[in-house]
Amino acid sequence: MAAPSTTAFNARPSGRASAFWKRLRSGDEIAYLITLTCALTILAITALLVIELYRNSAVPREKFGWSFLTATSWDPVAGEFGALPFIYGTVVTSAVALIIAIPLGVGAAIFLAELAPAGISNALTFLIELLAAVPSVIFGLLGIFVLVPALLAIEPAIRAVLGWTPLFSGPFYGVSMFSASVVLAVMIIPFIISISREVILAVPVEQREGALALGATKWETTWNVVLPFARKGIMGSIFLALARSLGETMAVTMVIGNDPAIHSSLFAPGYSIAAVIANEFAEATGDLYQGALIELGLVLFGLTIVINGLARLLVLSTTKKGAA
Amino acid sequence: MGLSWRRKMVNVVMLTLTGACTLVAVGTLLFILGYLFFHGGTSLTVDFFTKLPTPVGEPGGGMANALVGSAKLLLLAALIGVPIGFLGGVYLAEFGGTTFSFIVRYTTDLLNGVPSIVIGIFAYTLIVLPQGHFSTLAGGIALGVMTIPITIRSSEEFLRAVPVALREGSMALGASKAKSILTVVIPAAKAGLITGILLSLARVAGETAPLLFTAFGNRYWSPGWEQPTAALPEMVYRYAISPYADWKRQAWSAGFVLLMLVLAVNIVARIILSKRGHSAR
Amino acid sequence: MTRRLAVLTVLLTMVASVACAQKVLINAAGATFPYPMYSKWFEEFRKKFPSTTINYASIGSGGGIAQVTAGTVDFGASDGPMTDMQMKEFQDKRGSAILHFPTVLGAVVPTYNIPGVAASLNFTGEALAGIYLGKITKWNDPELTKANPGVKLPANNIVVVHRSDGSGTTYVWADYLSKVSKEWETRVGKSTSVKWPVGLGGKGNEGVSGSVQQTANSIGYVELIYAIQNKMSYGKVKDAAGEFVQASLASVTAAAAGASMPDDFRVSITNAPGKGVYPISSFTWLLIPSKIQDPVKKKAIKDFLNWMLTDGQKMTPALDYAPLPQAVVTKELKAIDKIQ
Repeated sequence: MAAPSTTAFNARPSGRASAFWKRLRSGDEIAYLITLTCALTILAITALLVIELYRNSAVPREKFGWSFLTATSWDPVAGEFGALPFIYGTVVTSAVALIIAIPLGVGAAIFLAELAPAGISNALTFLIELLAAVPSVIFGLLGIFVLVPALLAIEPAIRAVLGWTPLFSGPFYGVSMFSASVVLAVMIIPFIISISREVILAVPVEQREGALALGATKWETTWNVVLPFARKGIMGSIFLALARSLGETMAVTMVIGNDPAIHSSLFAPGYSIAAVIANEFAEATGDLYQGALIELGLVLFGLTIVINGLARLLVLSTTKKGAA
Repeated sequence: MGLSWRRKMVNVVMLTLTGACTLVAVGTLLFILGYLFFHGGTSLTVDFFTKLPTPVGEPGGGMANALVGSAKLLLLAALIGVPIGFLGGVYLAEFGGTTFSFIVRYTTDLLNGVPSIVIGIFAYTLIVLPQGHFSTLAGGIALGVMTIPITIRSSEEFLRAVPVALREGSMALGASKAKSILTVVIPAAKAGLITGILLSLARVAGETAPLLFTAFGNRYWSPGWEQPTAALPEMVYRYAISPYADWKRQAWSAGFVLLMLVLAVNIVARIILSKRGHSAR
Repeated sequence: MTRRLAVLTVLLTMVASVACAQKVLINAAGATFPYPMYSKWFEEFRKKFPSTTINYASIGSGGGIAQVTAGTVDFGASDGPMTDMQMKEFQDKRGSAILHFPTVLGAVVPTYNIPGVAASLNFTGEALAGIYLGKITKWNDPELTKANPGVKLPANNIVVVHRSDGSGTTYVWADYLSKVSKEWETRVGKSTSVKWPVGLGGKGNEGVSGSVQQTANSIGYVELIYAIQNKMSYGKVKDAAGEFVQASLASVTAAAAGASMPDDFRVSITNAPGKGVYPISSFTWLLIPSKIQDPVKKKAIKDFLNWMLTDGQKMTPALDYAPLPQAVVTKELKAIDKIQ
């Protein structure tokens, strides 16, 4: 610790004990142990998280079993707790958000990777990535006061085009699953754009040149050669965006309408898992009610783990550094 | 012989569409910034920073307690998240390469993907229930748990990015591994490490959901660490869904302040990183 | 250098927190119905007794009952009195009884946002039940036009707004609807949290009034002061005597006039008989444990109750809450001694 260790130069074959003491004195062992402990802490925290979620949801799990996931009635007073309306709302809003965000996101990624000159591409990507830093509650704020009135204004147009489907039928009051989906789409676009752009940039230039040499247009090259090559990474970015949108709480609860029922129309209000936990947790009396909300948290946790896992697998196998 | 007219059309149309997509994405951000500035920035007053909330329905007052509350929560989050995250990152970067470190990395990504409301439940069952009350401590721990995985990943990346040559040079001069890490590797990665930490704090500064049943909210000052506390994003939520015009004005102001802080940190961080030639991820 | 700064900051905060420890900090949570009154009271009380801060979180009556039962707050507040089962749960969990202390009288009004209609509409009990059951779907339904001959009601769909959180205001509303509509009583019932047949959910009285304000053609039920402070239209309701009565200090006070107050202070005054009675009136209660460990907190809470029942009552008319009847005040002042 005082003078630099001279082990490297004067390496004498000593016993394991004295080598250990040398490492200890030089701080290597301590450094290793301290950092190892911190790494273990992460494992401990995650394990503890799962245990706490599992333990505190014991009462409803015993009572309802798997039917918790398929029951549709959420009636705290009667003691009925069914998760299906929330699972439905969560999945539907995220799915519609993806339907909106994927074309926009991949389209923008193509532009930024293939068409824009490097300087502009970097500057615009910088701006778009800032969108990812905007807190959820601010999206909610804008959702209530900007998006919902805007959607109310263009609703006749949507109804004219898509009103024949059950998805866009029924009255529209502003707050709805559709509004929540649009807000979510805006929130997840930056993730799709930034990862897809990187993945597309990583496609070897020979692939492009080969296609162009064969007489393809730029678009044909992109669509038929570059995108398939980058497919796994783009899929990964989509899964990542999906995992993000499943867990979004504040923006969703401010514009979804908070109605624990399953409606087929996107214009109807709905409810998501995260939103109902946020709204009802502080007033959940009794082990059954609170446990039911915690069990919902467990379901959400499980969903996001699976999807995140898939995302990592896909992205890992395409980007150079192996970590995105 | 040359391209068909149809193929040319498709080419132009599709490529223009991609440009349009980019415009939508960039335009959204600029719109958000502009709108918040217009509604929040222009109605920002000194009172906002110095006064406490007034009774319901009485206009005026501010969010001084929420600003301090957020600062305290971030301090706790940093105290918990940064050491564990940073040292964990050091482990993965310097002693990694084994199956164990793969498991650690995977678990970190797992924790990173957990929805913030679930972390809130975790902090509630772990801290609030046994203690029997809501507190800044519970909120800080929730945010700290969220900071850990973000800090690990960025720390590991920036440490990894330090050239092997620097490490080997230091070892060749006789320094032990620990000393090399301390005196050579970490200082070399300093810019990236600090900005990574700042970015992770900026991220949790805007989180509301985990605070709903941990920090709980407070209309007054919250002394110490054992009392419930107000926080900026939580006030934005409560005021935004209310009918009071003055509260809504304050929600815009708070949203503006929050956004400016978060964006400022992000912009500064990325500028520093890009100057040094590292990727901003 | 930064490390030293960090340590210094932590130390300073610790010192500051110790210095502040002389003050009494009480945490409470619950009903949004009386929140404007409570926030005014706690502020005025703090001006009078600067060392006592009562931090009240307006999370809904359901939340108030849950948190006081969990022991995470020092006292709760609710406009739906706790049921026997809830009181037993409190006894089991906290080892003492829970006491109800009425604070003010308030009114739940039907507030609406109909473009072009600024007048105060007349609502019968059946109409309100029909709207919230989803059977009356348009503003120009005969049930509504019948009661409002002079008003042109549009043919728009009614957007129903209710509470998404457990609410005493919901309890009062549902209690009233159960008394005027058999179908409501059997289909939905009364509780702080009911299974709504239709509608959007708003969080707290704040959220419901916010939603109604933002949504055209909507109707919601909120405490009177929320409608007044935000200049929202609210309707008259038909009372048991058959007249359409506007919520006001007089009509709410009249609702409590006939009621006999039991010893535990739990009573319902909806659809009360009499003249000029506003039918959706209610007491609202503070939920205080009968045993409080911390002597400093106990004294502070008792001081507040005494202050509230004397000086505090004088402040209620300014916020359109009716003060408690004198008989109730007298009974309550005696009941304060039950807090050990």
